[in-house]
Amino acid sequence: MFTWDLLIGALVFGLLVGCFYAAVSIGLSLSFGLLDVPHIAHPSFLVAGAYATWWLGTLGLDPILAGLVLAPLFFGLGVVMYRLYYAMFERHGSDTGLRGLAFFFGVAFIIEVALILAFGVDQRLVEAVYIGKSIDLTDDLRIPLRLIVAFVVALLLTIGLTLYLGKTYMGRAIKAVAQDQIALSLMGADPVKVKQWAFGIATAVTAIAGSLLIIIGPVDPQLGRIYIGRTFCVVVLAGLGSMSGTLVAGILLGVVETIVLTFFGASWAPAVAFGLLLVMLGVRPQGLFGR
Amino acid sequence: MKETNIKQNAKNMTRRKFVAAATAVTAVSALPTAVFAQAAPIKIGLSIAQTGPLAGGGKAALLGLQMWRDDVNAKGGLLGRKIEMVVYDDQTNPSLTPGIYTKLLDVDKVDLLIAPYGTNPTAPIMPLVKQRGKLLMGNFSFEVNERIQHDMWFNNAPWTDAVAWSSGFMDMGIKRGAKTIAFLAADAEFSGALAGGARSLATHNGLKIVYDQKYPPNTSDFSSMIRSVKAAKPDIVFVASYPGESVAIVRAVNEIGVGESVKLFGGGMVGLQFAPIMESLGSQLNGIVNYTSYAPEKTVDYPGLKDFLSRYAVKAKAEKVDPLGFYLPPFNYALGQMLEQAITATKGVDDKALAKYIRENEHKTIVGPIKYGRNGEWASARVLMVQFTGVKDKDVEQFRQSGKQVILSPEKFKTGELRFPFEKARK
Repeated sequence: MFTWDLLIGALVFGLLVGCFYAAVSIGLSLSFGLLDVPHIAHPSFLVAGAYATWWLGTLGLDPILAGLVLAPLFFGLGVVMYRLYYAMFERHGSDTGLRGLAFFFGVAFIIEVALILAFGVDQRLVEAVYIGKSIDLTDDLRIPLRLIVAFVVALLLTIGLTLYLGKTYMGRAIKAVAQDQIALSLMGADPVKVKQWAFGIATAVTAIAGSLLIIIGPVDPQLGRIYIGRTFCVVVLAGLGSMSGTLVAGILLGVVETIVLTFFGASWAPAVAFGLLLVMLGVRPQGLFGR
Repeated sequence: MKETNIKQNAKNMTRRKFVAAATAVTAVSALPTAVFAQAAPIKIGLSIAQTGPLAGGGKAALLGLQMWRDDVNAKGGLLGRKIEMVVYDDQTNPSLTPGIYTKLLDVDKVDLLIAPYGTNPTAPIMPLVKQRGKLLMGNFSFEVNERIQHDMWFNNAPWTDAVAWSSGFMDMGIKRGAKTIAFLAADAEFSGALAGGARSLATHNGLKIVYDQKYPPNTSDFSSMIRSVKAAKPDIVFVASYPGESVAIVRAVNEIGVGESVKLFGGGMVGLQFAPIMESLGSQLNGIVNYTSYAPEKTVDYPGLKDFLSRYAVKAKAEKVDPLGFYLPPFNYALGQMLEQAITATKGVDDKALAKYIRENEHKTIVGPIKYGRNGEWASARVLMVQFTGVKDKDVEQFRQSGKQVILSPEKFKTGELRFPFEKARK
């Protein structure tokens, strides 16, 4: 059934959902896209962030504030995680990718099991003033506030990270380490320290995205598995390491997915991410904003 | 005087007589314990979700079964044998269950089998169980024996088939003048079968299907789908969903609305029977008409049920599982009771003899008398359609009171009238 109202609704919802996809992918864009770390545990960190948000919520903290409170803690966690990865794999050079993949796969499982042991298997939800409410755009178009919150946070994260990477000394160093690690060390900067800082930021951003995850819907310890394909798809679609590209790719995925879901059936929606990815790899392998 | 007699008696007893007497006394006094300890236990094997989407229900269900086991063992076991359960977590993953049940039979050598909780994990083990000629006690599955036709399958769930499940729901809508219906169902074994039955019932009753959507399991945002439902302007919305999706659907409905046309919303939403979800959704549940197996209403109060639920509540608190335990635990305890009666009556654990007994007799359980009919399902369905009414936020204890889940169907158990249209009933 096609109506213009449905199409407009699909576009609006796609834009909002797409921004949420961008928010949950932007940390990966930094860690995998820029640093070339096969961070397959990224969605598990997201879920850990969501659970930590839930726990802080039980103490009365708003989910978004909880995400901000958690960010420094996750930054520290990210630094430790990268040091481990560096000491165990990256320092030894060859086969880093494959062994690193196995390492982060293991980390993902450990996080999942730890969450089950700590919080049990029940789904968790949070409450906030913007959850369960909506605003009326027209008589027939009501937009959930939680999606608008995700939209705003995704925009702020993208703008913040783009400015940070482009305008600050450390941000430029992170971009440099992604381009030529040896050249950076010849300039007197320590690539390992730069990378651990960047990985820390990527993980801190994931904490904020985790709070969005639990704002959007209920979470369970195994939810991360669903987001592995989607987040990697957004990052590759965007072009590795492009922050603004991640936002555009997220929105593209969200809009196409919502249109397919509305007019062609929800069963096709999960195929959209990989369909888009296949087309992109065929037409423009470096991604939308990749060089 | 007394002391002298004792001494005299002691003199008369030789050392050999004393040892013989002492041995006899010790042997007699230890007899029940010795028999209990020496007889091999009756091993009952099952897999049940302890992780994954159905884990919330699976943990509570397992607690119900364990309570039955403990009660039986405290009374000395069955046929002088202790009950032992071999349990694996199937992670709500249907691909794991055939392997688990093969292991239960070939490695653990269990005597009896109980099916996993839920339709999707149970369906893949049906061919194996039939091939091995084993009795299988079903655990809240839906129509899994429809094609396999295993004559030793008995489901503990109070439903028979999709038509019986949804007929009460449909009738309510039709009586209120409904002409159109929308379907929203997860693309999975259980929900597909349920929606399929409801769909044929709708067609049979002349309802026009104005929206029919299958969605992939684990979808987390339903805003677009609920908008499409609203645009289709149905009179009835039939939903067949799993716990996570049910929560997301209720939230989306609360935010976006389904429109003034809808008289009846719900039907087959799994999860709205689990206390943590009921507590989280709170007042957002109001107006929804959904299936359940038990609600604390006077029409479904069976002997032993309240006692079970009060004992369960204490254990559930310690185990951190569903604190109410209305949906699955009593029926899992009842499953044990049926096995108990069959083993006692047939004086053994022979699958065929037990199946014959279960098939031919009515069983007295804490969820009422159970008698089996076609395909190992209940002879007559008792799917309760309840409407959430007057539910407040953040209060799980409120659900122990009557009136929060008003039974609308079947007629025999009815405790109130449908409040409609849905948008009005939500307020």
